[in-house]
Amino acid sequence: MPMDRRSPLRLHVPEPTGRPGQLTDFSYLHLSPAGAVRRPQLDTPVQKTGDLCYALVRVLDDDGQAKGPWNPKLSPEVLKQGLRGMVRTRVFDARMLVAQRQKKISFYMQSLGEEAIGTAHSMALGPGDMNFPTYRQQSLLLARDDAPMVEMICQLLSNERDPLKGRQLPVMYSYKKLGFFSISGNLATQFIQAVGWAMASAIKGDTRIASGWIGDGSTAEADFHTALTFAHVYRAPVILNVVNNQWAISSFQAIAGGEGSTFAARGVGCGIASLRVDGNDFLAVYGASCWAAERARRNLGPTLIEWLTYRAGAHSTSDDPTKYRPADDWERFPLGDPIERLKRHLIAIGAWSEEQHAAMQKEVEAEVVAAQKEAERFGSLADGHLFSNSTMFDDVFEDVPDHLRRQRRQLGV
Amino acid sequence: MAQMTMIQALRSAMDVMLDRNPEVVVFGEDVGYFGGVFRCTEGLQAKYGKTRVFDTPISEGGIVGVAVGMGAYGLRPVAEIQFADYFYPASDQLVSEAARLRHRSAGDFTCPITVRMPCGGGIYGGQTHSQSPEALFTHVCGLRTVLPSNPYDAKGLLISAIENDDPVIFLEPKRIYNGPFDGHHDKPVVPWSKHPLGEVPEGYYTVPLESAKIFRPGQDVTVIAYGTMVWVAEAAANESGIDAEIVDLRSLWPMDLDTMVESVKKTGRCVIVHEATRTSGFGAELLSLVQEHCFYDLEAPIVRVTGWDTPYPHAQEWAYFPGPERVGEALARVMEAS
Ligand SMILES: Cc1ncc(C[n+]2csc(CCOP(=O)(O)OP(=O)(O)O)c2C)c(N)n1
Ligand SMILES: [Mg+2]
Repeated sequence: MPMDRRSPLRLHVPEPTGRPGQLTDFSYLHLSPAGAVRRPQLDTPVQKTGDLCYALVRVLDDDGQAKGPWNPKLSPEVLKQGLRGMVRTRVFDARMLVAQRQKKISFYMQSLGEEAIGTAHSMALGPGDMNFPTYRQQSLLLARDDAPMVEMICQLLSNERDPLKGRQLPVMYSYKKLGFFSISGNLATQFIQAVGWAMASAIKGDTRIASGWIGDGSTAEADFHTALTFAHVYRAPVILNVVNNQWAISSFQAIAGGEGSTFAARGVGCGIASLRVDGNDFLAVYGASCWAAERARRNLGPTLIEWLTYRAGAHSTSDDPTKYRPADDWERFPLGDPIERLKRHLIAIGAWSEEQHAAMQKEVEAEVVAAQKEAERFGSLADGHLFSNSTMFDDVFEDVPDHLRRQRRQLGV
Repeated sequence: MAQMTMIQALRSAMDVMLDRNPEVVVFGEDVGYFGGVFRCTEGLQAKYGKTRVFDTPISEGGIVGVAVGMGAYGLRPVAEIQFADYFYPASDQLVSEAARLRHRSAGDFTCPITVRMPCGGGIYGGQTHSQSPEALFTHVCGLRTVLPSNPYDAKGLLISAIENDDPVIFLEPKRIYNGPFDGHHDKPVVPWSKHPLGEVPEGYYTVPLESAKIFRPGQDVTVIAYGTMVWVAEAAANESGIDAEIVDLRSLWPMDLDTMVESVKKTGRCVIVHEATRTSGFGAELLSLVQEHCFYDLEAPIVRVTGWDTPYPHAQEWAYFPGPERVGEALARVMEAS
């Protein structure tokens, strides 16, 4: 091309469709109607599932009816268990936020609006399966009947019963026995580790599968892409979950590469079956999680799932989202509130009522209050009831080598 | 002159350089519209536009990688890594690329980039918001490492870093962003607005790289420190009544050897203080240098005060942080020895 026909280049820097004081235009989400998206056979070749990464798997419609092939057809009992798990997560988050404001705990991260994802996913997994979560998947734990709530609160309080001995920031839980890998503060590292755990299970001829978690923003890290490659190459029995809650602290999902594409589409390029799913639709989450888990269990390989949702609260207790996004975004988010949606469905099928819901909410609140009371008996960071200073030298290595003994002595403990 | 916090001083440095030099660009996670999680770049995007100050994807390797590429083109990128604890994904780009580009291309390409990152503890940040990884950078030939202790130096050093044609790691001790923290965590911190070193010229000035400062003159013992630990050392000196001379290194590597050596030769005693873990920490290098250059002037063994060789704990933070008490004990110990 002759020089004179070249026009100046321009750098494109994506912007969200709404900033403080504006109304977000959510048409960028490209929704599909409930029930409209096909559900391929589990063994459909990956090349023939490419359309699913641009569609949106949904089951619950606006009237609370369950529609289409992804409906997992759960019994009302299971649905109520799911509803309770989501409510428990929300109540827990709300109370811990208050405790943080009261300076009982130093820091907190809530999962408001995202409760369906971990709740339904944990119900779809089996005993022995291993999650590699981020800091926003507390619902994986809280949805369980055996949720270790007192211990979790002790971790948040960093008190003398904190299972992590005060070493980690609040919310960075670790529960091997509950299929919950130790949370890292360094984003994305767990995603490739999930693939490694799944490879190990396959190497040993085990039946357990792994489930890796990552946020939309963190998909930009190399570990995300590495995970897709390894998972594909070794056909690892792993579910690769991308929680697209539209924001990564102050940066909109387009800054992570969501503009004009989807996070699910990343998987297709790597040869991985990939779904884009309504993450605020309990039934869709359950149905898609089962599809992916079944594929993994039958040696059909990894599945990447982009869960579409909205981070309704602040990033953390250190963040003020009114500085960078419209304050009313969540009310206007087209996928609604996952708890309200499942509740509406249960009422629509005649299995639930407002009164029952209010009673359940009360019960759960009492349950969380009791757990908090119990945990607070063991002190908090604020009142100094901590693991002793000497314990910081433990677990650096299996034993305490000489240099650490000397340092411990120097500290005088 | 204006009264500035360290955050404002850093912002002012970037503002001045964005204004003076069209090749300067500023980017990082949350750096654009929001202005950074510590607000260091607040208002800069509105002032200079989205193609000069912008948000990046969450990829530290990507951030430093594009900085190297932009530098090769001729820009002067100023990249922010949100916390020093998160630079690790950028290790390859820093160690194998940025640091060696000039050398391996025999000067054909250079890497005039500045990589800012908040470091250090004291904010209950736990093991992934508290680290002091300076020794990992000083160990790499070709990287410059800078670490200021106050707003005046921060601005002058950042301008020097941006103007420098080598890659500069610019570490910002976040605990003193808002005031000179001396390690007494139970007492309120004097804000920079009430401190003489919070007085910062509004326009352009530089503090040269590779120049240390005698932060507090003294006769009895030399304390070598940088960042937050300068303030801790000052408190320890005042509280112990020991007439310590505090050398604020400011540039860790390459460094101002003369100022340090001269001071130790004068006092004959030396305490080295850093917050980072002890083993293979930068203090080990400093200790070797003092030993190599001052051995015949030393009247006592050199003592190091550092963080313990453990991850930075969340709850036991103050047992980990090398505060004025521990520095004071070290001062007393080198004074006793003869
Ligand atoms: C390697 C690394 N870089 C940066 C950070 C700082 N950081 C913590 S959370 C976060 C945003 C993550 O957003 P996303 O992945 O979308 O998850 P979400 O918070 O929305 O659940 C950032 C940048 C970090 N923890 N680790
Ligand atoms: Mg996100």
